[in-house]
Amino acid sequence: MNTVESTAVAATGETKSFKDIVAFIRSELKPKGKIFTPFNIISAPIILLGAFLVVYRLVKGLGAVTNLSQDFPWGIWIGFDVMVGVAFAGGAYVLTFVVYVLRSEKYHSIIRATVLNGLLAYMFYAGAIFLDLGRWWNITNPLFGNKFGANSVLFLIAWHFLLYMIAEFVEFSPAIAEWLGLKNIRKFLGSLTLGAVVVGIALSTLHQSGLGALFMMAKGKIHPLWYTEFIPVLFFVSSIFAGLSMVIFEGSISHRVFSDQIDHEDHASYNGIIIGLSKGCAVAMFVYFFAQLLIFIHGWHWSLLNTPMGYWYLAEMIGLVAIPCFMFLQGARYGNILLIRIAAILTLIGIIINRLNISIIAYKWWIPLSERYIPSWMEIVITLAIIFTEVWAFRWIVNRMPVFRKPPEWAKEKH
Amino acid sequence: MGIDRRTFLKGLGTGVAAAAPAGVAAGSLLLPGKVGAKAAAENREFMGVLVDTTRCVGCRSCEMACADAHNLPMPNGDASVLDKKRDTSETQWTLINRYKTEKGEVFAKKQCMHCNQPGCVAACLVKAMEKKKEGAVTWDDNCMGCRFCMVSCPFDIPKFEYGSAVPKIQKCSLCWEKLQKGEKPTCVEACPAEALTFGTRRELIEEANRRIYRDSGKYISHIYGEHEVGGTGYLYLSSVPFEQIGFRTDLGTIAYPEYSKGFLYSVPIVLLLWPALLVGVSTLTKREGEVRSKEGGEKR
Ligand code: SF4
Ligand code: SF4
Repeated sequence: MNTVESTAVAATGETKSFKDIVAFIRSELKPKGKIFTPFNIISAPIILLGAFLVVYRLVKGLGAVTNLSQDFPWGIWIGFDVMVGVAFAGGAYVLTFVVYVLRSEKYHSIIRATVLNGLLAYMFYAGAIFLDLGRWWNITNPLFGNKFGANSVLFLIAWHFLLYMIAEFVEFSPAIAEWLGLKNIRKFLGSLTLGAVVVGIALSTLHQSGLGALFMMAKGKIHPLWYTEFIPVLFFVSSIFAGLSMVIFEGSISHRVFSDQIDHEDHASYNGIIIGLSKGCAVAMFVYFFAQLLIFIHGWHWSLLNTPMGYWYLAEMIGLVAIPCFMFLQGARYGNILLIRIAAILTLIGIIINRLNISIIAYKWWIPLSERYIPSWMEIVITLAIIFTEVWAFRWIVNRMPVFRKPPEWAKEKH
Repeated sequence: MGIDRRTFLKGLGTGVAAAAPAGVAAGSLLLPGKVGAKAAAENREFMGVLVDTTRCVGCRSCEMACADAHNLPMPNGDASVLDKKRDTSETQWTLINRYKTEKGEVFAKKQCMHCNQPGCVAACLVKAMEKKKEGAVTWDDNCMGCRFCMVSCPFDIPKFEYGSAVPKIQKCSLCWEKLQKGEKPTCVEACPAEALTFGTRRELIEEANRRIYRDSGKYISHIYGEHEVGGTGYLYLSSVPFEQIGFRTDLGTIAYPEYSKGFLYSVPIVLLLWPALLVGVSTLTKREGEVRSKEGGEKR
């Protein structure tokens, strides 16, 4: 760090010294804004309790806090935190594709918030894996161990998570440089963006589908309406509209909470962005729905429809895929932002249900409810604590770095 | 760091241990008639166990011997435990279940099947689960505790110590330590009814077929594990259809790792083609953008 800074300073004659930067960071660490907001009052105790439970889990073992069993080795920390969290973070690779590869300027104003969200989602939700690992002290074994299960799907995912986090960090790093006022470093980091984007998209394609591929060997354990050899493809396609819906949802909150940071021009173009995203969702969802339909027809599962699991399947496919897809379409056609937002929420619920179905609900569906896995309150509190901490981190960064705000004059990108 | 050194030393240890069977095997060539030793000398064929459920008397000697050999708690010796169908657990690697069938009571042993191509091994990202050349599928303590092996085992065999802060995956190891020395698994040695036979898979399948031919009225003509999930080290003979004695007969004959192969094969392709394609598109769009701005078109 030290040498990098000093060479940068030497090269440019920037006035900032390493000491200045440390002092600056220290001053920025202090909280900004009101402390006793309703959100803080609710989230702070949960985060504290969650932190306590994490320690308890590490000392006492998984059984002390989770309801996992021999029949249900994966609970909500995998099925929700990781599976859903990563799907929701899909907006980052989709939008970087649109902005940096297709070079559509329209979405430029929301790219940083999206990438930041993606990065934090991976750090926190994929980070939940750490808590779920029974032998967490061996977490680095897939990276530097003496034995590699190189043809394990999970091996691939572990590496991809790591590499993707680096790629996303590189994509976001110009904002950090702007915050610290490091001009030359900013320029250098900016030049890395396209490379990081390209690598990031390739990695995303693979690990989004890879999360689905984790269930390939659970054949015979997942209800045939959900188990198909195409789960990886379905996971990938659904991550597109899951990610975009999350961008819509997150945006509708951020635009209220951080509205003072967003300038007029961006506010004005925002509806156009939402409508564009809505079209993207509609197309991806249509492809997804069509694929599901083909798989269903091909699987010849008609008789299964008239069972409780069949109704549940229909509820997911129609209520949480087909209907929101139609709503996105209508919303985009008539410019109805409210309709689009509702569709986004339905879609997000649909993704949650889908991932939970595959990992928990339709998993060993024959086991009676009394012996099934139902998350303990402690698992839920830890999950909530993770979500809240992520939101805190997001807010902290947004209040300091140019995420919604325009970058400083000196960092204007020339297109 | 401490762990690293330990695993390194253990690595050396397994190296030495791997050299040992060769010596043992060479010695055992002088002792003809020992079924296992010959295969160990060739080091090519997987060893396995044939369970003849028509011979099992339900004495549970195998359960006790297994617990004793692996420092597991002694199972309850009372016969009443057979009233309920039990599952192996993190403290019990093998057990006997009693089934009421069309041909009366049948006892069936349960444990890891030691698949030829195990799902658990394909799942493990640190090769803590390994298929040894002797045929045993074993667990090692470089495991991360991700429990992917549990999700991927068609027979739900790996069990996890949820109650421990230093949890292990527990399952039958086919007494791998003994196999390396050319010995039989403990349960096979303990069986008083000769319901368990140890040998190479090939020999066991031959023997199983011989029994079916000789006594076709007694057996159904199906060796469970010959083809199931690509073949397993444990093989079963039965007098009644296998569904009746607690076996899944819907697992198919494809080895479980095959199911994720399609995805894994696509990985290098995506990693090579995707970036090339993306860079290509990006160059195109860039050129387009430049042309447009040169023409003095609308500002982007
Ligand atoms: S039965 Fe399960 S645990 Fe045993 S080798 Fe096969 S996949 Fe692995
Ligand atoms: S729990 Fe351990 S043995 Fe099982 S797949 Fe994970 S790392 Fe491998």
